[in-house]
Amino acid sequence: MTQATVSERIRDVGFLRRLLTRPELAAVAGAVLVFVFFAIVAGDRGFLTFGGTMSYLVVAAQLGIVAVPVALLMINGEFDLSVGSMVGAAGIIIAITVTEFGWPLFAGALLACVFALLVGAFNGWVVIKTGLPSFIVTLAMLFALRGLTIGFSRLITGRTQIGGLGAATEGDPLRVIFAGEIAGIPVAVFWWLGLAVLGTYVLQRTVFGNWIFGVGGDKVAARNVGVPVNRVKVILFMCTALSAALLATIQVMDAGSADVLRGQLLELQAIAASVIGGVLLTGGYGSVVGAVFGALIFGMVQQGIFFTGVNTDWFLVFVGAMLLVAVLFNNVIRKRASKG
Amino acid sequence: MTAEAPDALRVENIAKRFGSVTALQDVSLHLRKGEVLGLIGDNGAGKSTLIKIITGFHRPDAGRIYLDGEEVELKSVSQAQRLGIQTVYQDLALVNDMTVYHNMFLNKEITWRPLPLLNNRKMKHLTRRYLDDIGVSIPSIETEVAMLSGGQRQAIAVARAVYSEDARILLLDEPLAAMGAKEGAMILDLVQRLKESGGVSIILIAHNYAHVLEVCDRVNVLQHGRITYDKPAAETSVEELTELMVSEYRRARTGGGG
Repeated sequence: MTQATVSERIRDVGFLRRLLTRPELAAVAGAVLVFVFFAIVAGDRGFLTFGGTMSYLVVAAQLGIVAVPVALLMINGEFDLSVGSMVGAAGIIIAITVTEFGWPLFAGALLACVFALLVGAFNGWVVIKTGLPSFIVTLAMLFALRGLTIGFSRLITGRTQIGGLGAATEGDPLRVIFAGEIAGIPVAVFWWLGLAVLGTYVLQRTVFGNWIFGVGGDKVAARNVGVPVNRVKVILFMCTALSAALLATIQVMDAGSADVLRGQLLELQAIAASVIGGVLLTGGYGSVVGAVFGALIFGMVQQGIFFTGVNTDWFLVFVGAMLLVAVLFNNVIRKRASKG
Repeated sequence: MTAEAPDALRVENIAKRFGSVTALQDVSLHLRKGEVLGLIGDNGAGKSTLIKIITGFHRPDAGRIYLDGEEVELKSVSQAQRLGIQTVYQDLALVNDMTVYHNMFLNKEITWRPLPLLNNRKMKHLTRRYLDDIGVSIPSIETEVAMLSGGQRQAIAVARAVYSEDARILLLDEPLAAMGAKEGAMILDLVQRLKESGGVSIILIAHNYAHVLEVCDRVNVLQHGRITYDKPAAETSVEELTELMVSEYRRARTGGGG
């Protein structure tokens, strides 16, 4: 009895405050607003149809597959600007091994994944060993990896675009996993949602997730209590790179071709999606769900503008404005909630 | 050797250099079981270096460390922690953006074994119990520690070290720094209660000699990388300790002038 009354002092916080302090609040509200906006403006032009819905879900899925691990890495306090270049590199690896060397698809995709894991580990290793900001280290990797991709592609095939993957992988069972459809829904959407669930589960419910928050919030404090800070970082760099390889496999299967320039700007879009989703640039705060909705907003805006009939040249203006508004909104909410 | 129980911690002839700077020349000290030892000394005397050696963060260049009479080689912080040596750092080992209970169990998370799933309910429950035990009032264990006062955070760090880690030796590095009178009293009460419970031996580093004498059994002074003074707290006074430190300063001034 006394135990219970003593514990009364240490009571739970209110439901409303907990809701308001959820990092993904702005992204969820934003996604609803954007959806309503395009439903009104372009609802009668196909935005609300199944095909219209799929068109923005696929765009969102392709970004979201990378945005999920990128959000985890950012919560951990680091950036990975090399994921876009990694998509290009992994796509070319698959295309060359399959069409030039005659490897089966699984072997090409496996090599791309192994390569991605090595690049991710290298990124993490350099960040830890040099103490340089990951922004700089992975920016260097952004350039170097793209250069290597263009150089090797031209060296081996004489081209920067490699086609013929559709014919070369005809009937391969892996096609279903990466480029198939379930009930008319492209599998990329399921990859995205699957990774979102996995990422949320890891971040919110596992020991590793607790470490991600701890290292991102205060690296020194986390190290003081014995959290393996470096291991957490390297694993997350490997995850972002691996997600890029997964996206490359999906894109290559989908398009039937690879291009050395694939994935350009993806790194910034993934950061934007995470930030819209409430992830703090300084780390230690954010959620995977937020990044998922951030990616959804991206998809809806990009395809929604197309459905309105307005020239899609204006798409990026909309994205820029929205990014700024979302971040301001996140800031206001966060300040108010922490005062409450 | 005598027949009494071995010291909880014994440090012999520890030396540590950083490049050309000698932080510790030749430090020997001992900590009896259940004792609270006050360690004082000016800034730069080597207190923090000594603490970081005992806590496994630095490796000493020379010297030996004994736990319960057995020599140990401390290779890492986590190894020292496994041996029951816990430090509450001056720069708190708390993550501001995390909740009280996640901080309490950072790197000691309770899971639904064998699954790696966090058992948040049990961590919350235990956090409440620990904080109730040490008599600290926290508005909510689900708030981020950033929203708490310095004293509350220090108390959480101490509770974390004592309860969740099963500490045998507790190193408190200036636990009263930047703290109001009321909060300071709360932490001193906490040390007193830990002492009475008898399970843990404590080294307390502080600048305020009155605080040191209030809770410590014995006082050691660290000067220029050596222990220069070792007396039971009952046989010394704030005046004596102050005089000791000030005379050192005067000697250094006149000596340095020549």
